[in-house]
Amino acid sequence: MSPANRTLAVDLGAGLVLSTPVMVASGCAGTGRELSGLVDLRKVGGLVTRSITLEARKGSPPPRIAETPSGTVWTTGLQNPGIHVFLDAELPRLARGGAPVIVSIAGGSLEEFVRLIGALQTRPEVAAIELHLSGPDDELRRDVLGAHVDRTGEIVGAVARMSLVPVFAKLPMSASDLPELAKAAVRAGAHGLTIGGPPPALGVRSATLRPALGAVTGWMSGPALKPLTLRAVFEVARAVPEAPIIAVGGVRTAEDAVEMLLAGASAVQMGTAVLVDPASPVDVAKGIVGYLQAKGLESPRDLRARLRVPAGFGTPDES
Amino acid sequence: MKRVRAEVLSTRKLGAYHQLTVVAPEIAEKARPGQFVAVQMPVGREFLLRRHLAIHDASRRGGWAGTLEFVIDPAGPGTSWLASTRAHSFLDLIGPLGKGFSHPRRLSNCLLVAERHGAATLYFLAQELVAAGKRVDMVVGAETLERVLKPIDAKRLSQTVAIVTADGTLGDRGGVMDVLAEAAERSKAQVVYAAGPARTLERIAAFCKERGLPAQMALEERMGCGYGLCQTCVVPVARKDGSGYDNLRTCMDGPVFNPARVLWDRWLGERPTMLPTPPEGLPVVRAWPG
Repeated sequence: MSPANRTLAVDLGAGLVLSTPVMVASGCAGTGRELSGLVDLRKVGGLVTRSITLEARKGSPPPRIAETPSGTVWTTGLQNPGIHVFLDAELPRLARGGAPVIVSIAGGSLEEFVRLIGALQTRPEVAAIELHLSGPDDELRRDVLGAHVDRTGEIVGAVARMSLVPVFAKLPMSASDLPELAKAAVRAGAHGLTIGGPPPALGVRSATLRPALGAVTGWMSGPALKPLTLRAVFEVARAVPEAPIIAVGGVRTAEDAVEMLLAGASAVQMGTAVLVDPASPVDVAKGIVGYLQAKGLESPRDLRARLRVPAGFGTPDES
Repeated sequence: MKRVRAEVLSTRKLGAYHQLTVVAPEIAEKARPGQFVAVQMPVGREFLLRRHLAIHDASRRGGWAGTLEFVIDPAGPGTSWLASTRAHSFLDLIGPLGKGFSHPRRLSNCLLVAERHGAATLYFLAQELVAAGKRVDMVVGAETLERVLKPIDAKRLSQTVAIVTADGTLGDRGGVMDVLAEAAERSKAQVVYAAGPARTLERIAAFCKERGLPAQMALEERMGCGYGLCQTCVVPVARKDGSGYDNLRTCMDGPVFNPARVLWDRWLGERPTMLPTPPEGLPVVRAWPG
């Protein structure tokens, strides 16, 4: 077939069609103005907003970022202007760029999530919702809200019932049993899952005997994460084969993206790579076309979960 | 703001620093003192974030038209790599980035205080101020002779210069704070500009506050991207109307700030906290002298 017929569009179901399977991850898409001069947003599969909370957050004290081998340790403490200012000022600008906007929401209680989705319900600019579930649970006094099967089901269920657009649950990388969490999220009504993302991390400056970040602990991002993400995507795709998975963490090149699709993802998000090369989501999408051509395949869908694992993998070991 | 592939024209050693000259007409045309560029690092190395370099000079006319100059302190892997780049290699630059220094409209006497390679951005500013008919005086400080950037340029650009080194290898022995009061009086300073390490800037800010001197400072905080995406390079800055403060990005909202609005204790203090209103209250800030 000719390259012209080869499409990069991915249909994630429930009316969510992306022009390419390459999106910008939460926290790296700016507030609507920053990226437009550096990349043609119409050629980007989607923009995930920074995580928005009910009230404005000042965020963590600086320094907020440090470089690590092939990665970064960072935290922003979810600095954001709160849902109302976001809806007035940021969302319209983000949508104007031409890429579908996926709004990431974060809350510390069921009520906060419900009020957030309530405020977003009527906005036509929202293509999908991503649930940030790695924050603390203020209500139940737990460190990680989304690390518990029952709680994840409860939050996802409440948001999914109210949402008019598909809901993706971004499961915390620190959780011990991602496949079980994924099943609970899908059972509760999540349309899909965002798998990967930054694990909790610490940076230390030996010269000053101090932590590298003002908030002490943070998260790790960057190319170094790829194998962690691949494994998580692989495991979750086997647990919930019907749900679309968006892989995030460690995608820098087209090859990385293809690997994520082979492991079971339907689309990928890029974060740190966009901070280094703002046009990289477009270049990675082009590179996926090149790979499809070389393999004689038609669409990114043909790559999904095509990783050739040995027969019998995953069955109990006899030895 | 443009993203360009810029050819390296030359690199040369300059004491402890390296000077890098690149051809980037699209950026040079627009560049203002205080602004910076974000340089991409080589792919496939373990250091990956862009490095952020203050613009030291931008030539718009003559034989060097369309060139940009930077001063690099090769302190880490990225800056060392930059210092080792060869002529005719290419760098991926995004710039000019950030908000630069503004000139005082009516006032004339400008005192520029630089520590270490903070001088790079201030020499560029000095050229503009002199061209605009302002009086420029300077205080330039560093640990040692090797780290005093181009002392001859400092002399050429200003009426008087006080050079200080911690070890006394050039100028007086001491730091910029030791000579600041005298320099301010001698030059009858009306406006202060400063660039250098944050701790020094904090002390210069206190000096300016005490004397009621309006000031602008180029601040540095660890950056992820440099073009506004990642919200990491923030400093706490009081709102103009006194209704609170915000963590502002040094890349987009700065790097030049009015130091009277910077909440230095919250930024550099031992126990940084992010309460909505600081217990010490918010500073009252006079407008920049128009």
